[in-house]
Amino acid sequence: MSDEDLKQATLDYTLRLGDDALVLGQRISEWVSNGPFLEEDIAYGNVALDYIGRARMYYGYAAELAADGRSEDDFAYLRSEREFRNYLINELPRGDFAYSQVRQLLVDQFNTAFLDRLVESRDATLAAIAAKGIKETRYHLRRSREWVLRLGDGTAESRRRAQKGLDDLWGYTHELFEPDALEQRLAKAGIGVDTAALKSQWQQAVAATLGEATLNLPQEDWAVRGGRTGYHTEYLGHLLGELQSIYRSYPGCRW
Amino acid sequence: MTQERLELFEVFIRSKRGLDHKHVGSLHAQDHEQALEYARDCYTRRSEGVSIWVVKSSDICASQEEDSESFFDPADDKPYRLAGYYKLPDPVDNM
Amino acid sequence: MKTTLDEQELEQIFQQRIDNEQKIEPKDWMPEAYRKNLLRQISQHAHSEVIGMQPERNFLTRAPSLRRKAVLLSKIQDEGGHGLYLYSAAETLGTPRSELIEALQSGAAKYASIFNYPTQTWGDVGAIGWLVDGAAIVNQVSLQRTSYGPYARGMIRICKEESFHQRQGYEIMIALAQGSEAQKQMAQDSLNRFYWPSLMMFGPHDSESAHSARSMKWKIKRETNDDLRQKFIDQTVPQIMFLGLEHPDKEIRWNEQRQHYDHGEIDWDEFNAVINGNGHCNRQRMEHHLRAHEEGTWVRDAMTAYKEKQRKREVQVA
Repeated sequence: MSDEDLKQATLDYTLRLGDDALVLGQRISEWVSNGPFLEEDIAYGNVALDYIGRARMYYGYAAELAADGRSEDDFAYLRSEREFRNYLINELPRGDFAYSQVRQLLVDQFNTAFLDRLVESRDATLAAIAAKGIKETRYHLRRSREWVLRLGDGTAESRRRAQKGLDDLWGYTHELFEPDALEQRLAKAGIGVDTAALKSQWQQAVAATLGEATLNLPQEDWAVRGGRTGYHTEYLGHLLGELQSIYRSYPGCRW
Repeated sequence: MTQERLELFEVFIRSKRGLDHKHVGSLHAQDHEQALEYARDCYTRRSEGVSIWVVKSSDICASQEEDSESFFDPADDKPYRLAGYYKLPDPVDNM
Repeated sequence: MKTTLDEQELEQIFQQRIDNEQKIEPKDWMPEAYRKNLLRQISQHAHSEVIGMQPERNFLTRAPSLRRKAVLLSKIQDEGGHGLYLYSAAETLGTPRSELIEALQSGAAKYASIFNYPTQTWGDVGAIGWLVDGAAIVNQVSLQRTSYGPYARGMIRICKEESFHQRQGYEIMIALAQGSEAQKQMAQDSLNRFYWPSLMMFGPHDSESAHSARSMKWKIKRETNDDLRQKFIDQTVPQIMFLGLEHPDKEIRWNEQRQHYDHGEIDWDEFNAVINGNGHCNRQRMEHHLRAHEEGTWVRDAMTAYKEKQRKREVQVA
């Protein structure tokens, strides 16, 4: 791969990671003022804030790599749903509190493994973003793990909701571990992470928590894929429509 | 609709190494573990702390207002326990 | 020598303490009316912080830059935090938070009427930070010297955090005022809509205020509604000027003798109308609060059940 190719690939990769962070951060921020009690409202807001901060770092780096005058905001606000490359699991609606916390567990557990590797990237900026992110993510995981335990092993209703959330989300986890050609190339180059190698570790950890929470591991009979190619659910268009509405209504303005 | 019935915890924070933990407020949580996490999220959003204590409010034993006189007034007449009580001769201006 | 003091003597000691600028602390004897008055004021303040999250939340998902989104999110989250500090202070008076929230939900307790105004544009987010938080800060700075210890300490903490709220709002306004023609109009429109309601936040004129005199004697309030309002009016004039926007009050004029700005009269009919349920968002705000609370019921129940199971397991192990 030529240097120029590698740079373009790194840019694309960085945007994917930025999209993951922004889209999930946006979803979590929808919980603000909707939490089950005040302390949790504030605490979950911190998680959203971590994600939005992370998105800014990725997009900021993307702007640096692109070096064509585009800013972090241009990447966030001017790309359409076909151009977004986030994993599908991040764009699904917030659902009820159990759904959100189960998603959080699945994603946090993935991010823990992922960022732990990205810290070792040959790309110093990605490594630095990961080093900051891993600290946040360990805390996120601590929270989501405890919530899944409480909800799974709480009342019959909370257990039903947590199980339903898990069953509805499970099919979206497969694509997390299926790196495409670009991701494989970058992993080989020591820049990206080979997520296929994270699967068994992830599965073990998730299964352990679910077991403790008395939840059943879903039957693996369905899988939805496409986030990394821009093949999204219908939810993303609405999420972006809202997120980008003001920015796009006033082209070229500074805020 | 059930109201929130979580327990009340008092939060103490050490703002930096070398200082005492100081009472900063209270919060509601299910148990100590969660109280600690919420204290982190609610009381250290601006790097206010390097260490947190949480204590169940019901576990605090506090002196009572009606005991104040017998608890604290007797110490009022012992000024000789304070350095300022002793006059130093002028040539010795610091001790 | 008698050992117990009667009510009158206790009240004298209490008032003496206040006159000597000593704080009243939770375990101290206090007149029932003082406790009630405090509880009303602190809980209303707490409810306002929590309900106040909603109008800004309305633009959180649409914030026009990622930096603004992060700032706004931390700001709204702070409002929740301030609600928490205040509930915390109120609970030291012996009333659990659940009761305070029940009072809000039943309509027995109030929140600041300013939050019944809708946010319609991004400019409103700027105006709320600048004017609404600005007005709140003027009041809160004064309350740092309130006579009840936990309330005063909460206020000190809140003021420390809140000055960023006003600045970020003003920064939004500067960006708009220096932006495109459409942005400038947005800024002027938001200023026009939020200026008068933010003056109303200081409450009725002193002569009309139901709780004012006693609150001053007990030093729950340290400055009168009108004095605080004047302070806010004075400080806002140069800020509007710097933005190059038109002042919404056509009668605003410097009075050399008073060393204050003279100003036009507030439309108190509107003030009362909004308080009495005729604002655009009164119902929406309460419904939002109730819905979140209701949707959280099964979560809170699950926590209780989980804790109970944990306890039983521990007993079994032991």
